Amino acid sequence: MNDGLSTIEQQITSDYKYGFTSDLDADQAPKGLNEDIIRFISGKKNEPEWMLEWRLKAYRHWLKMEVPEWANIKYPPVDFQDIIYYSAPKQTKKLNSLDEIDPELRRTFEKLGISLDEQKRLSGVAVDAVIDSVSVATTFREQLGELGIIFCSMSEAIQEHPELVKKYIGSVVPMTDNFYSALNSAVFTDGSFCYIPKGVRCPMELSTYFRINAQNTGQFERTLIVAEEGSYVSYLEGCTAPMRDENQLHAAVVELIAMDHAEIKYSTVQNWYPGDKEGKGGIYNFVTKRGICAGVHSKISWTQVETGSAVTWKYPSCILKGDHSVGEFYSVAVTNHHQQADTGTKMIHLGKNTRSRIVSKGISAGVSHNSYRGLVSVAKNATNARNFSQCDSLLLGDRCGAHTFPYIEVKNNTAQVEHEATTSKIGEDQIFYCNQRGIDTETAVALIVNGFAKEVMNQLPMEFAVEAQKLLAITLEGSVG
Amino acid sequence: MLQIKDLHAGIEGKEILKGINLTIRPGEVHAIMGPNGSGKSTLASVLAGREDYEVTGGSVEFLGKDLLELAPEARAGEGLFLAFQYPVEIPGLSTINFMKTAVNEVRKYRGQEALDAAEFLKLMKEKMSLVNIDKNLLTRSLNEGFSGGEKKRNEVFQMAMLEPKLAILDETDSGLDIDAIRIAAAGVNAIRSKENATLVITHYQRLLDYIVPDFVHVLYNGRIVKSGGKELALELEETGYSFLKNEMNIA
Repeated sequence: MNDGLSTIEQQITSDYKYGFTSDLDADQAPKGLNEDIIRFISGKKNEPEWMLEWRLKAYRHWLKMEVPEWANIKYPPVDFQDIIYYSAPKQTKKLNSLDEIDPELRRTFEKLGISLDEQKRLSGVAVDAVIDSVSVATTFREQLGELGIIFCSMSEAIQEHPELVKKYIGSVVPMTDNFYSALNSAVFTDGSFCYIPKGVRCPMELSTYFRINAQNTGQFERTLIVAEEGSYVSYLEGCTAPMRDENQLHAAVVELIAMDHAEIKYSTVQNWYPGDKEGKGGIYNFVTKRGICAGVHSKISWTQVETGSAVTWKYPSCILKGDHSVGEFYSVAVTNHHQQADTGTKMIHLGKNTRSRIVSKGISAGVSHNSYRGLVSVAKNATNARNFSQCDSLLLGDRCGAHTFPYIEVKNNTAQVEHEATTSKIGEDQIFYCNQRGIDTETAVALIVNGFAKEVMNQLPMEFAVEAQKLLAITLEGSVG
Repeated sequence: MLQIKDLHAGIEGKEILKGINLTIRPGEVHAIMGPNGSGKSTLASVLAGREDYEVTGGSVEFLGKDLLELAPEARAGEGLFLAFQYPVEIPGLSTINFMKTAVNEVRKYRGQEALDAAEFLKLMKEKMSLVNIDKNLLTRSLNEGFSGGEKKRNEVFQMAMLEPKLAILDETDSGLDIDAIRIAAAGVNAIRSKENATLVITHYQRLLDYIVPDFVHVLYNGRIVKSGGKELALELEETGYSFLKNEMNIA
């Protein structure tokens, strides 16, 4: 590297802390995708006929679709026949308590910093943990059950609450929505299901940890959250993966449904393996997340801290159907080394007096590319719609890129849509100022970046805000020298 | 405390300091005056360790250590503080958080335990009243949208928090009206002690009405050309810097 590149340009050498693999005995499907594989997955999960039919329908539709190429990302084509679509850590019997979990699996969780029983005792956060393709443990079910809250894996929900699953699955993200949602609909293996009954305020954060462990596997989880009238839930997902040389595919679908006066707060701390410094390996994170504010005065709020993945393609969106409904999107996306992120949101205003707010903070270092892509759409009958968008980019060094692609479609002239965007660089003078106060450069970058992202970090549940702050610092470790 | 010997330094190959000699002992206040471009701010930057400047000769000893060998953050750890002429803005980072990190990093350097939240708050309250600064200012983003006076007062507050052995004030009076100068100077005076020293860099004499120096040095063309007591500042105020050119030419 050129010496002239100065303080800002160097330090890009951090190591991925979650890059261990666990020696878990796994039950796997053979590589590749065809109708038999889908039958195999469905059979493994003992699914009812309608679910299999739904999957097959999605698969047949997917065969006719093409890989989307409009995003500002570059990667070699994915060979969909070279992926294992089902991998489950082997468990011989149904578990009655967490103590019965495979010790190796427990160690995995401990390395991830989520010792399940610790979590259970100390933080009061209910956790559903998904390894490779299946959910392995859900904590706090009984306490939640007393309030009528259902929080379980998607597989269990299909068995135990088929009427709810059947009613809502695919209702926000149709199986035919896009290439990856169709693929997910065909092969999804697990995920979390959450149902909050009328008038219930969920007393704790619900949380899912996703982890890809086995080699050559893809992870296709599906999350469905239904908040009935007047209910409230805050949900957090975290994700990690081992370091592997080859790219792994993660194509999830998340659907949120908020009825009258209901509120769903959905937070993500995404830390999939980003690949090494040369851009080798890493997760392709192609995710479809969408919520519908179906009822009046309902609210959906997405908060995401995206630090991982080699390629991220993700647009958590809100359909504001109910009058007076509110959609929010708060995002911090950090890219370092060769990472690429094309992320943003869609706010679709259908109801009257609907409001949306978008705050996007992109941080780019190394030779990475970070794009914000957002759509604000106001339908013909959506009178008095309001949107405010703020997109800020922070650059570390001069070899990375920040891009903003805002789309605005307004069909009602009472709408007020505002968009603000800024781009700035971490300055040598900012770093020197911190240095002069006794703060080393790495800590200085963390302070500056966290300051930049503060508005979004403030949206995260307290327990995770600290973790997310550390994650930002770790991701950028070594990006300045 | 500080011993500068025949210091040569420059930027991008251009020599700006051409042999500075200066000794500062504990308890002393030194003022460096001089016209624009004489090298005043360069001297401050070199002492604080700004990377853009290259030291080409001479030595600087600070409390028995070779200052020039130390990274900027280590210099701060050793007790060197620079009040910036243009304090830098960091959006989203409050002065409180900034100082909490700084104080604990400096403590770590000195092998002291980090302060917990309660101890930090206590220290902060003490220093706030010492330099007469409002808490609202400290909860806002560091220097963002601050007036000139607020920025300089914030610098003085940070100085109080970090309790430096040697404080360098780089043109702390620039851009301030007389009331703001008075407030900033009162803060600096409140921190003064027998153990620590202050180096005031200024273009104008007026700051020295409030921070009274023991020694005044005139910097011109990269060298200290004249040293004296506080009366030298008054003399300069009357005659201006033009006499230097004449003297130098004659010499």
